Amino acid sequence: MKQDIFQAIADPTRRAILTLLAIQALTPNVMAEKFDMTRQAVSKHIKVLYECELIKPEQSGREIYYHFNAKKMQEFDHWLAQFRQNWETQFNQLDHLLTTIKKQK
Amino acid sequence: MNNDLLFDFNVDKAAKTVYITREFNAAQSLVWDAFTKAELLDQWGAPAPMRAKTKYMNFEVGGRRFYAMISPDGQERWSVQEFTSITPKTNFKMYNAFSDKDENRELPGSDWDYNFSEQNGITKVDIVIYNESFERLEKLLEGFKIGFTMTLKNLEELLATLS
Repeated sequence: MKQDIFQAIADPTRRAILTLLAIQALTPNVMAEKFDMTRQAVSKHIKVLYECELIKPEQSGREIYYHFNAKKMQEFDHWLAQFRQNWETQFNQLDHLLTTIKKQK
Repeated sequence: MNNDLLFDFNVDKAAKTVYITREFNAAQSLVWDAFTKAELLDQWGAPAPMRAKTKYMNFEVGGRRFYAMISPDGQERWSVQEFTSITPKTNFKMYNAFSDKDENRELPGSDWDYNFSEQNGITKVDIVIYNESFERLEKLLEGFKIGFTMTLKNLEELLATLS
């Protein structure tokens, strides 16, 4: 099942993991240590973040390092910017309409 | 337009909430009408070149507005707004959900809260949108996509025809 990016970011632990990964790529074991969590708990968070493409795995020797996928976050911000743009457009239309109505009165 | 009018747009990703504030150079009662009367809503409620078409609107608690956003090539994206609370001229709340053309809703939707206040002839509107998920927000945008490809010039021409 595809994970929802909003749900992924809503969790404070996952936000903390992302913040950490934005600084450097980490293995699941190191993440578990840093957050004082079981390896199992970390795996769950990794799964959610991976499924919505916020992190990317990279094999290095016998270890898997997870990287922060900045592009996905940008995509999300891009959507929001468009949403904002829509509102701006509509509100400008409303400005026009209000001016027209006031003139008619 | 008037650049002195405030426009704020903030997103709290963790709380899945969008906050929008905008000022309008008009009295509160007129702005209230523009947000709550179908014939006025349809004149500004979709970003050009999209347009909004309200099939019916019962602006009362428990009542609904059933409307579509229509693209220039005639595609319709229907939504149902259900009004959950109304304090005349000051506040109204609604539950917004996409639907098919027969008014069957696709749940979950999003909660919208509108607040109106006036100071010195300027009316401030505060909108809070709580979305269940980002995918809802994404869908909210899908219907708008065509609007973005418009150049500013085209947009201005369209707006000029509105006035």
